[in-house]
Amino acid sequence: MPRASARLTQKMAMVCVWATGAITVFALLVIIGYTLYRGLPHVGWSFLTTPPRGGTSGAGGISTVIVATLYLMGLTLVILVPLGVGAAVYLAEYAPDNRLTRLIRFGTEVLAGVPSIVFGMFGFALLVIALHFKFSILSGALTLVCLLLPTLIRTSEEAIKAVPRSYREAALALGATKWQTTWRVTLPAAIAGIATGIILCIGRAMGETAALYVTMGGTTALPTSLLSSGRTLAVHLYYLATVTNNLDGAFAVGVILIIVIVVTNSITTWLSQRFRGRMAGGA
Amino acid sequence: MRARYLIDRSSRTLLLVCAFLTLVVLAAIAVYTFMFALPAIREVGLWHFLFGKVWRPESGLYGILPMIVGSVVVTLGALILAVPLGIGCAILLAEVAPQRVRQFLRPAVELLVGIPSVVYGLVGLVIVVPLVRRIEGPGLSVAAGIIVLAVMILPTIVSISEDSIRAVPKSHKEGALALGATHWQTIWRVLLPSARSGIVASVVLGMGRAIGEAMAMIMVLGMAPRIPSSLFSPASTLAGMIAAEAPEASGVHRSALFAMSVVLFLLIIVINGVALAIMRRGSRAQGIS
Amino acid sequence: MSIRPSRSWIILVLAGVLALSLVLVGCGKQLSGSVSVGGSTTVQPLAQALADAFQQKHTDVGITVAGGGTAAGIKGANEGTFDIGAASRDLTTGDPALVTHLLAKDGIGIITSPGNPVTGLTKAQVVSIFSGAITNWRDVGGPNHAIDVFVRESGSGTRTAFQELVMGSENITSSALQQTSSGGIRQAVAGDPNAIGFESLAYLDSSIKALDIDGVPATQETAKDGTYPIVRPLYFLTKEQPTGLVKDFIDFCQSVEGQQIVEDNGYIAVK
Repeated sequence: MPRASARLTQKMAMVCVWATGAITVFALLVIIGYTLYRGLPHVGWSFLTTPPRGGTSGAGGISTVIVATLYLMGLTLVILVPLGVGAAVYLAEYAPDNRLTRLIRFGTEVLAGVPSIVFGMFGFALLVIALHFKFSILSGALTLVCLLLPTLIRTSEEAIKAVPRSYREAALALGATKWQTTWRVTLPAAIAGIATGIILCIGRAMGETAALYVTMGGTTALPTSLLSSGRTLAVHLYYLATVTNNLDGAFAVGVILIIVIVVTNSITTWLSQRFRGRMAGGA
Repeated sequence: MRARYLIDRSSRTLLLVCAFLTLVVLAAIAVYTFMFALPAIREVGLWHFLFGKVWRPESGLYGILPMIVGSVVVTLGALILAVPLGIGCAILLAEVAPQRVRQFLRPAVELLVGIPSVVYGLVGLVIVVPLVRRIEGPGLSVAAGIIVLAVMILPTIVSISEDSIRAVPKSHKEGALALGATHWQTIWRVLLPSARSGIVASVVLGMGRAIGEAMAMIMVLGMAPRIPSSLFSPASTLAGMIAAEAPEASGVHRSALFAMSVVLFLLIIVINGVALAIMRRGSRAQGIS
Repeated sequence: MSIRPSRSWIILVLAGVLALSLVLVGCGKQLSGSVSVGGSTTVQPLAQALADAFQQKHTDVGITVAGGGTAAGIKGANEGTFDIGAASRDLTTGDPALVTHLLAKDGIGIITSPGNPVTGLTKAQVVSIFSGAITNWRDVGGPNHAIDVFVRESGSGTRTAFQELVMGSENITSSALQQTSSGGIRQAVAGDPNAIGFESLAYLDSSIKALDIDGVPATQETAKDGTYPIVRPLYFLTKEQPTGLVKDFIDFCQSVEGQQIVEDNGYIAVK
């Protein structure tokens, strides 16, 4: 191929590639920049500590919303982490290569592809109506658990599998049972990767709207028990944007959500660096 | 000694139960959704449901063709925009950009991946919709939906594609360059094909996110239950319509929404299958294992 | 052989403890009196105002007011998800049998953005616009531009009432853009100079204007004295005859004091 035309192609291609980068940066600036521009002035101490005025004015702050979000996260994690990590441990350490195991893996893959609104409908029909949990944090949490289970299982299994075999072999050689090995050696070694997975799930749960919109109800009152209804930050943003005139408030909530994502991303990055360092030093 | 043995055996069972739970959840969702969907299909008939052009629950009409068309059009449009942009940006990050640029751009892309879809919808509602309205129509339109979805899935495609390109063994790249290829020729003919499976995976992931997106679409599409006649007319999607009408539907209407969930899920499976088939055929043709 | 707890292990345990404690805190006290109201978004601001007033008098009671639309209110009352369902239309034969408590009356206004030069329409023109027969503002005396029709979702009581009282046997065009709440319609119409929609008269504010219908301006007064043609009832619904706190709240809403709040918020009292 003649050198000159190849170089010309390369030049044009590079221009295109830089152009795509510029467009991506532009999109990033618009989304984050505009949200900060419009929302940041309204984020303040009073915004965080005043409850929202119910109804359609959209006035007030987000104190009860923050509480409801924390309750929801707490309940979801308490159920999700043991189940997800337990399943991951089974798949990574105990599962024989038989039909049941393949079926379980297949099930996890399929669940991962189900859109969140389908989880929401399922939670609505089963939890809210049939089991009479009503619009509540409980319904929302159980729905979230189903939604996040595949993600946590996948990341935890990877983390556990990454623990060098020598760790387990040394423990077993010293007379530990399989359970002791798993609980005291393998899991602690995989903890950074598992924690990364949990943080990932938290981030995803914070952004989830559709599934919670139909299972948690939309009240702005302070939740007093697990059967209370409530709103999470993302759901509150949706209501502010579509029902009220308070778009500035919606952007303020957006700022909070962006901050949450920045924090979770940073923790994940820090954890995975530590994870890599630990593994490299291990073996 | 006995205690240790007992704990060991019982823990194994406990963990199996945990793993089995995923199957239970999946089965429950599948069974329940189908069960709730049946009354509507029985009342309306499968053909009229899937291909009916009119969705008017108050008159008992449950045709979901407008929503199917809406979902497909909006997702395809978003992919057409986001895939070239995404792959280009991935190439930029992996091969072309200097370290300084990458240090800033990569975390920014990671941030965008995590931003909730309602934020994208909000920005779409406040910025994109009025812009589209200046051109034509009410602004709440297919065009607005495509733009919002494209921006939403762009970061996913960029980050996973970049990882895939980086994961190609250095020997491939060095071999090509040693044979006299230009940087671009190396990228285009060696790196990208080698990274093909990861890139396709990122596109499939982005597509899944796009077609399942509900709230952002409610905010910018206009949710008109009609097959869109142009880029600037409003439309509705399966996921969006389900979310919009779910809290209030009862009886046959609610059942129809469950049936829409089934259709949505099947659509995702079909598209995933097609994508995987393309990927497998492509790698076979290339002779890559 | 066990590995000394590393820092990330400790962080994880602390996080777990925090999560658990949050949950346990939540498991604790249930308010002695609580009532959940939900449904029509037309009724929602009124229910909220009434709830606020009631809670000021009885400080140990919690009343939560949710939206979702009239159909959600009817369904919720029937299925027990809400103690009180809110509806912005009469119950029909297709609805479950619920106990109705007349709360207020409310007019439905045909709204446009304030910049729209059109100030009034005949009922026939309204029907033509919403059915899609008329698609351009110039056909009703406005500028040459396509009409953007906004409606509520199909479960909305306001939409059902509008269908019955205005459209009659004509269907609403499928090109109409759907908003899922009264507030959403107001916001959408306010932002689009070519928009038209229908809205509870109590939702009128400076961001939108209501058109005269058949020459009658749309105000609280004309709706009250019956000259304005589009008026519908607002109900609280309960599954059975209410008792206890629910009864107290409904009695309050139908009392002189409650009805004054109704008037103050732009709705029509039904003494």
